[in-house]
Amino acid sequence: MSKAVIDALVGRFPDAVYEPYVGVGGDDCAFVRKERIEEVCRHLKTEPAMRFDLAPYITAVDYLGQDPRFEVVYNLLSIPNNARVRLRVKVPEGDAVVPSVSSVWRGADWFERYCFDMYGIRFTGHPDMRRLLMYDEFVGHPLRKDYPLRGRQPLVVEREVRDIYRGPGPATRD
Amino acid sequence: MASDIDVVPALTTRRDEAQGFFQGLLSKGLGWARKYSLFQYPFVTACCGMEYMTVASARYDLDRFGAALPRFSPRQADLLMVVGTVNCKQAPILQRIYEQMAEPKWVIAFGVCASSGGFYDNYATVQGIDRIVPVDVYIPGCPPRPEQVLDGIMLLQKKIQDQAHDLVETRRLPVLGQER
Amino acid sequence: MATDRTAGLDTRATPGSSGAGEPPHELARAPLQRPIESELDAPLPSKRMTVNLGPSHPAMHGVTRAVVELDGENIVEMKLDIGFLHRGFEKSCENVTWTQVFPYTDRLNYVSSIMNNVGFALAVEKLARLDVPERAKWLRVATSEIHRICDHLTLIGAMGMELGAMTVFLYCIEARDLLWDRLAELCGARLTSNYARIGGVARDTPDGWIEKTRRSLERTRELLDEVDGLLTRNRIFMDRTLGTGKVTREDAIDLGFTGPCLRASGEPFDIRKASPYLTYDRVDFDVPVGSNGDNFDRYLMRVEETRQSLHILEQCWKQMEPGEIIVADFKYALPPKPLVYGTIEGVMAHFKLIMEGIQVPAGEAYSYTEAANGELGFYVVSDGGGRPYKLGLRAPGWPMLAALPHMTRGALLSDLVPTFDSINMIGGEVEQ
Repeated sequence: MSKAVIDALVGRFPDAVYEPYVGVGGDDCAFVRKERIEEVCRHLKTEPAMRFDLAPYITAVDYLGQDPRFEVVYNLLSIPNNARVRLRVKVPEGDAVVPSVSSVWRGADWFERYCFDMYGIRFTGHPDMRRLLMYDEFVGHPLRKDYPLRGRQPLVVEREVRDIYRGPGPATRD
Repeated sequence: MASDIDVVPALTTRRDEAQGFFQGLLSKGLGWARKYSLFQYPFVTACCGMEYMTVASARYDLDRFGAALPRFSPRQADLLMVVGTVNCKQAPILQRIYEQMAEPKWVIAFGVCASSGGFYDNYATVQGIDRIVPVDVYIPGCPPRPEQVLDGIMLLQKKIQDQAHDLVETRRLPVLGQER
Repeated sequence: MATDRTAGLDTRATPGSSGAGEPPHELARAPLQRPIESELDAPLPSKRMTVNLGPSHPAMHGVTRAVVELDGENIVEMKLDIGFLHRGFEKSCENVTWTQVFPYTDRLNYVSSIMNNVGFALAVEKLARLDVPERAKWLRVATSEIHRICDHLTLIGAMGMELGAMTVFLYCIEARDLLWDRLAELCGARLTSNYARIGGVARDTPDGWIEKTRRSLERTRELLDEVDGLLTRNRIFMDRTLGTGKVTREDAIDLGFTGPCLRASGEPFDIRKASPYLTYDRVDFDVPVGSNGDNFDRYLMRVEETRQSLHILEQCWKQMEPGEIIVADFKYALPPKPLVYGTIEGVMAHFKLIMEGIQVPAGEAYSYTEAANGELGFYVVSDGGGRPYKLGLRAPGWPMLAALPHMTRGALLSDLVPTFDSINMIGGEVEQ
């Protein structure tokens, strides 16, 4: 059923939706152009044949080394039709701004805040674009591949404690 | 009365800590009273909280150690049990709660995340709460079995008994962050 | 009316947090002005009060900071500030091998950790196109259902305790302890089980385990009946939970709810029925659906789902056959120890799996299961190596927590407690 959805989407938005494919396990996916994502999502939600009324998961991936660097992935679910679809939006590093879909699904707003907090991708039209999990004083976006794994930014002055041996490898690995 | 082993200079004469006979009796009495009436502040954050709930419940009873009643205000508590992971955003809150507690107070690091950061060696987690507050007893385990927790409480009780207690405290208290 | 008292005072209740976007400090705002018709009818001028339910608070839900703006006893607006348990799950997982991710997934939803393990294993197996042996599937289903029972019992106990019914908490913890003892015999740990592996499960059931577990489940059923009798027709409990925290069906779907909270609002969507995975198509169970979407319905959902899980488990014990518990492919599963110590291929396979990790083919997949709290999704991206490239977690409690301001707008402050309880927000999974 989702294949029909993707085909209908490609038919309706031929310039916005491109490269549809069937992923592993039978997932139906397509790429969507960044500027048109809100329009496509609104169509998916309101169109009677499609009715993708729930957005379970929206996340971003950092493909460091590729251009465009980031990708925002929208996993959508239609409860009446029991269908799922995945939309991928490529976002270049220099212009990491994507229209927000929080006006389409209210549940999407915290996912977008998470993407901003962890990857630095801004969403226009979002009611409250702030960091979600990290604190305001935190500099940087932790889930980016070039952020070190152990890049701690403590908020309090830490006491002097003899550090234990943590095993081979540099302290700021990755 | 938290562990201040790190700040005491290496050379101390026994005379500074010497107590008279009656002072010694008083200290033992106060130690006995304090160890069997611990009011805990359960600073519960993560998975160890589930084991904390088990330890406080009917099977592994914390009540028989006198430590049953959690006081949810730091002003009324004397045992700060830090249960679970403390991350960098939570660290100032932990420090603030520790400072709000009145002397005598003790700290238990419950779980390996509180003791040393656990396996969350990353940008978000404080590598052990002893980087923020002085800790008396570390209870490792991920999560520790309730028997381990009870063993830790008993260890703390022994420590409290052996400490020097006084009716009127005349020592100046260390202020966190200004110890050096 | 800003006075000098605020000068130099850190008016953020929690220094170092990104703030809940709460209104400025009370002293800096003028009181509300209302038009006065006559002096006798003039209402007392009142100010709104901002109360901070701080990150370290007695309800053992993990650490969430709620800044509540009150008008008397009514909540005008509630804002949430989270992130106090963010442990860097995704970043940590990008730096370990695929099998080493399992302990991290345990600690996400720590009351039902096997479901996290199974969810992650299913995601990687989807990407690697692996099919798991029959007995492993049954074991995964059985242990998942046992942990679902544990999760629901914890919620019922916590909800009872916070509304004053301490005994209920003790009974639920007793039942949970019994089940944890069984799981400790099976997995090695009471709470953080680390049981599933890519390609199957870690170990087979010990002798006599199924019989012992049946007895434990019988005792659980008895305790559940007692708890049900104590709470469900209890006047105080019903007064506090009926009609509070109402969410309509359309709102629930729009806000992204899944699982018991969505079904309590009237939408009969259960992933175990809609897209069955493992062996859920071979067991027979009902999906309870609520009608009001309030806290009482969410509580009743948990009780009824526990009964359904007990029913599923009985069928599991009957239908489970002896067999392999992990795939026989040494590219994914560790070889048995006699082969590791006896043959060169065994040693090499063992070495490569431990040192480099499982080489999962490149690609991306999103796999979803019905965890105790809703749809638990894992979005896995692999670059063909032994470590995940990206491991995204869709926490079931996330949309419910985000919707808490919506659910409590206009409610009493004391309604916040059962609402917060009934959504079953587990800090570990929401804050990853």
